[in-house]
Amino acid sequence: MDQPAPYVHWGFILISLPNLVLIGVMLVLFALALVVPLPGHRKARVVEHSADPAVQPVAVPATATPDDPAGGWTNAVRRTIDRRLPLLELLPTRQPYYVGSWVYVFGVVTIAALVWVVLSGLVLAFEGPQWWHVSPQGHFVNSLHFWSVQMFFIFMVLHLWGQYWGAGWRDGRAQTWMIGVVIFAVSIVTAFTGYLAQQNFDSQWIAVNAKDAINASGSGVFFNPLNFGQMLGIHVMLLPILVTILVVVHVVQVRMRGVVRPLGAPPVTADPAPGVAQ
Amino acid sequence: MRRRRYDKAAYYRDVRMVPYDLVKELALAMAGTLIVILILSAVLSSPDVPAVTIQSWSRSDPVDFVTTAAAELSGNSVSSGYGPPYNSNNGSTQTWGFFQPEVWAGVHQPVDSAGEFVMTPLQLSSGKNAALNTALSTYQSASGDQRAKWLTAYTNALGNATANANGTVTIASGDYGPVPVLMDDLLNLAQNGALDGLLLASAHFYQTDYTAPLLFMGDGGYLSGLAQDQALTGTQWGMMNETGRYPGQAWLWLYTMWYQVAPFNRDASHGFVGVSSSNADLGVIVVMGVLTLLLVLVPFIPGLRDLPRWIPIHRLIWRRYYDEKRSSRT
Repeated sequence: MDQPAPYVHWGFILISLPNLVLIGVMLVLFALALVVPLPGHRKARVVEHSADPAVQPVAVPATATPDDPAGGWTNAVRRTIDRRLPLLELLPTRQPYYVGSWVYVFGVVTIAALVWVVLSGLVLAFEGPQWWHVSPQGHFVNSLHFWSVQMFFIFMVLHLWGQYWGAGWRDGRAQTWMIGVVIFAVSIVTAFTGYLAQQNFDSQWIAVNAKDAINASGSGVFFNPLNFGQMLGIHVMLLPILVTILVVVHVVQVRMRGVVRPLGAPPVTADPAPGVAQ
Repeated sequence: MRRRRYDKAAYYRDVRMVPYDLVKELALAMAGTLIVILILSAVLSSPDVPAVTIQSWSRSDPVDFVTTAAAELSGNSVSSGYGPPYNSNNGSTQTWGFFQPEVWAGVHQPVDSAGEFVMTPLQLSSGKNAALNTALSTYQSASGDQRAKWLTAYTNALGNATANANGTVTIASGDYGPVPVLMDDLLNLAQNGALDGLLLASAHFYQTDYTAPLLFMGDGGYLSGLAQDQALTGTQWGMMNETGRYPGQAWLWLYTMWYQVAPFNRDASHGFVGVSSSNADLGVIVVMGVLTLLLVLVPFIPGLRDLPRWIPIHRLIWRRYYDEKRSSRT
């Protein structure tokens, strides 16, 4: 695996075989997800929506009682949380029957891969940046980190494709889409700082090569890819926290609004919150 | 006007609901991804080509090292004339008409290539080396014109220099003043490994900033030669490649692609609206910034938001829904 990779040259396109295989796998996965039925989905027991406690509005006490005064900042925060983040909505046990495609699995797999990215990264952070270069165990943990990052990006992009072709931003879900794209962008910068923090030839070359674009944008004053300490700090602390917070907000938005209706479905009888028309 | 609260119950009215176990789905996803990651890690490992050091560079290609050092000393290297954020020159400064973010940002990490990469390490290591001390004082007391004559003659002679088996560099004799002594001593420092430390030497005990040695190495041809061998350079779509046979940052494919097409790969005389290879980095960043913004704003952009309706991939995603809809009509 350490030999130079074979390359495919077609017109102005030059791509390494490993990258081509990766992209090919993504396309195949996406195609399979579109055409392969989700096992067990047709057997799923159907329940009427009216029996679903997950989608019932939550009663919020409007008036004060002797044990629970309605006033005060604490109650205001509690009412806001009750109204905006009810547990029944965050952890539902029912979903619309039309949610029956592998495309819906990409999001949760992305989150699963992110968990392994963070956990393997935590081990690397605790052991220090030199460890994985000199220890077989460290190299294995680095491999876990490397492949979990690849998995994270593969499934994040597949999730993005799925949401785009399903127009997942409809019916008031534009903000969810926008935060998702921001997560993608921040993740790219996070991965980039990780490549710069590897302390090997790859990070040396990426730093030397990338500095020109970063400097050209004027960002070089606060983002110096040649400064290992700066890149390591950003990679292990700032950006992972940002990605995690954004993912939590994204997931909460998905859970609170539920899955979007299929394209062409009849309009809802009660108009949901203002959003983007189809 | 008060925004009406989203009513999920109303949204799903008339929609059949089926049981769903979110936690089980997440647990299965975590288990599945872990198995795949473990297998890939155990079978394929991960890339780790050792870093280049000043020592390994000067030993592997002493002529390139000395040529680069002479360019640093004469002020003719890329980093010497780079511009912001390293110095106030403009050799690598990219602008697009009035849009000059690099200039506006200014000098933030001052780098004096001749001083930091050559003179200071030699002074720090001169000690009782009489020949080096004499060469240093001769060079420093000479006029700018005299230094330039020595360095020009020396640099020209380096074009036909040869590397000896013992790591030294031989050039034709000429009037180079103290420059050969300075370069020989710097080469010796580098080959002994001392220059790696001296380039990081500062008033601080701890050091994590590798700006100086990386700029120095980047000015030479050795590092880029290794990158070329691994298909990592810009014209090889290198930003999305990785050392060895591993996948790289494939998600940078679009960013990388722009460097391969006009006007970003054309010289200044064949550019387009002021964009060419001379300011390709700035141009590509602007393009990618605009495209990212478009992706964020897809829900609001007619045409882009309508594509999913026009190209019926959604009929595969919600196949069951559309099948039932069709059968209920017939």
